[in-house]
Amino acid sequence: MTIDTKFHHGDPVNVAPIVEMRGIEKHFGNVIALNGVSFDIRPGECHCLLGDNGAGKSTFIKTMSGVHKPTKGEILFEGQPMSFSSPRDAMEAGIATVFQDLAMIPLMSVTRNFFMGREPKKGEGIFRRMDLGAANDICVEEMRKMGINLRGPDQAVGTLSGGERQTVAIARAVYFGAKVLILDEPTSALGVRQTSNVLATIDRVRKQGVGVVFISHNVRHALAVGDRFTVLNRGKTLGTATRGEITPEELQDLMAGGQELAQLEGSLGGTI
Amino acid sequence: MPADAAMAMDERIKTEPFFARLMKRPELGAIGGVILVTIFFMITADSSMFTLSGIMNFLTPAAQLGILGIAAAMLMIGGEFDLSIGSMVAFAGMIFGVLTVNLGLPLILSIPLTMVFAAGVGAVNGMIVIRSGLPSFIVTLAGLFILRGASLVGLKLFTGGSTQLRGVREAVEGDILAPVFSGDAFGFVFRWLSEIGLIEKFRSGAPKVPGIPVEILWFVLVAAVATYVLLRTARGNWIFAAGGDRNAASNSGVPVDKVKIALFMATACAAALVAVITVIDSGSTDARRGFMKEFEAIITAVIGGCLLTGGYGSAIGAFFGAIIFGMVTIGLTYTNFDQDWFQVFLGGMLLIAVLFNNAIRKRVTGER
Repeated sequence: MTIDTKFHHGDPVNVAPIVEMRGIEKHFGNVIALNGVSFDIRPGECHCLLGDNGAGKSTFIKTMSGVHKPTKGEILFEGQPMSFSSPRDAMEAGIATVFQDLAMIPLMSVTRNFFMGREPKKGEGIFRRMDLGAANDICVEEMRKMGINLRGPDQAVGTLSGGERQTVAIARAVYFGAKVLILDEPTSALGVRQTSNVLATIDRVRKQGVGVVFISHNVRHALAVGDRFTVLNRGKTLGTATRGEITPEELQDLMAGGQELAQLEGSLGGTI
Repeated sequence: MPADAAMAMDERIKTEPFFARLMKRPELGAIGGVILVTIFFMITADSSMFTLSGIMNFLTPAAQLGILGIAAAMLMIGGEFDLSIGSMVAFAGMIFGVLTVNLGLPLILSIPLTMVFAAGVGAVNGMIVIRSGLPSFIVTLAGLFILRGASLVGLKLFTGGSTQLRGVREAVEGDILAPVFSGDAFGFVFRWLSEIGLIEKFRSGAPKVPGIPVEILWFVLVAAVATYVLLRTARGNWIFAAGGDRNAASNSGVPVDKVKIALFMATACAAALVAVITVIDSGSTDARRGFMKEFEAIITAVIGGCLLTGGYGSAIGAFFGAIIFGMVTIGLTYTNFDQDWFQVFLGGMLLIAVLFNNAIRKRVTGER
């Protein structure tokens, strides 16, 4: 394996990472899904994790979000060794994952989706009930911060566009105290306009000091917002580059493992 | 809406007319149905149908079915079915009969014990559905036959060969809890109303309607509690979420399995409540009690706006769905129509309701 000289591990920015993962390995029976992955995420940055299909991106984020336990390697959370036994643990520590299905229910209102499983309550005893007034206000306000004006908090999520739904999911995670936000291919099913909205949302979230892990196989989307880029190929990290150190072509090459794509690109006469 | 929010409104969204907003309520279809059916019987039925006694007459069966229908609606919103509730009425009736007649327990013990039995069966149903991942339709279809058969066998066992257990009325005579589950409530109000001439009375001076049958009060109470839980509590949100998309719900931290099992238990308890009320009322219990009620309850829920796929519906809708049901069942006897039109009518209502609900769902989700 050749590592491009422009790549380097570690980063000049001297902020302690929120989550640091060292030499993570994950085996499923005799299949080695991850074979030594190192990754870290600092507050207020967008760290893009790039990789082609089957590179191990999903396994990696599932390890980070507590779904899988790593076979080998260590996870440090705010400097402390950490072992999450469930996604719920990770969530409570502040690692929120927005999966591709978004965990949204189309028939329910935006507010009810926003607070699903974590409803604000008021009242005592048998009159303990959901504080719908407060929930509606918070939801409308949080969505406005993300640049979306809801028709009303009772608007069904099904009526929102894909990008707006993505934004609701992100706003929800941030509102509930995410320090690290893992976005699993948030732009993969979106149109151009919606993609730019989601990228703008990522930027807003980053400015609030949240560390964003942006998983994608689209180099352009990654380059548009990313501060650092890590490429995953065949279960290994090929290194981390900071913004401005690397061209789209180089990233593309690394994702595909080098040679094959170079030939392809020649025959297609352009970038993919 | 505050002024600044109004200014920030998206210019691409048209303001919705009131009617369009109304169209999105799940219970709208059922309320519309009540109005249509009322107009229909106003024209075709004898005028006595809409006197006070006539109204009580059709509200009583509506109430008995409605208690089941509301529970079925909640379960359907939670994404599951229970086809065993009709048989559960017979089974719970048998348990209740045995506890009061054979064991001579007072109502304060026999009713809670009946509820515990029913809830236990509901929990087992729920557990099998959750653990196996099989559709609740098939699991509770098995329950339908098992409970019906168990009621038959059980009744024969406890009565020495009969499928009817009598003597409940004598057993509960004078029990302090009996008025809560049988007879008419607010009799004094009705006597007073008849004295001042506001409602009709017999020649003897007693009012024609002695009071509100208690099942109607239970019906209203169940509807109110169910609506409150669904719309105003976190549990209600969990029910919608569990039925809407179980993966999304559990990823968001909703205890989906617990919610579903609790709903199965609540449905079984509703069946037990209907059993207690009707058994005390008729003074006996038999194995045919609650026959076909599971389908009627589901129809009630669907007329009330529940989607068969779960995640959408309302308890108020089921409330009105049950009233439609009661009106049609009893109303036909006030008309010159053959009463057997009832089932045709029922099937027709169900079909219209399903088509209507489907259209509503598309509006709500903005599907195109």
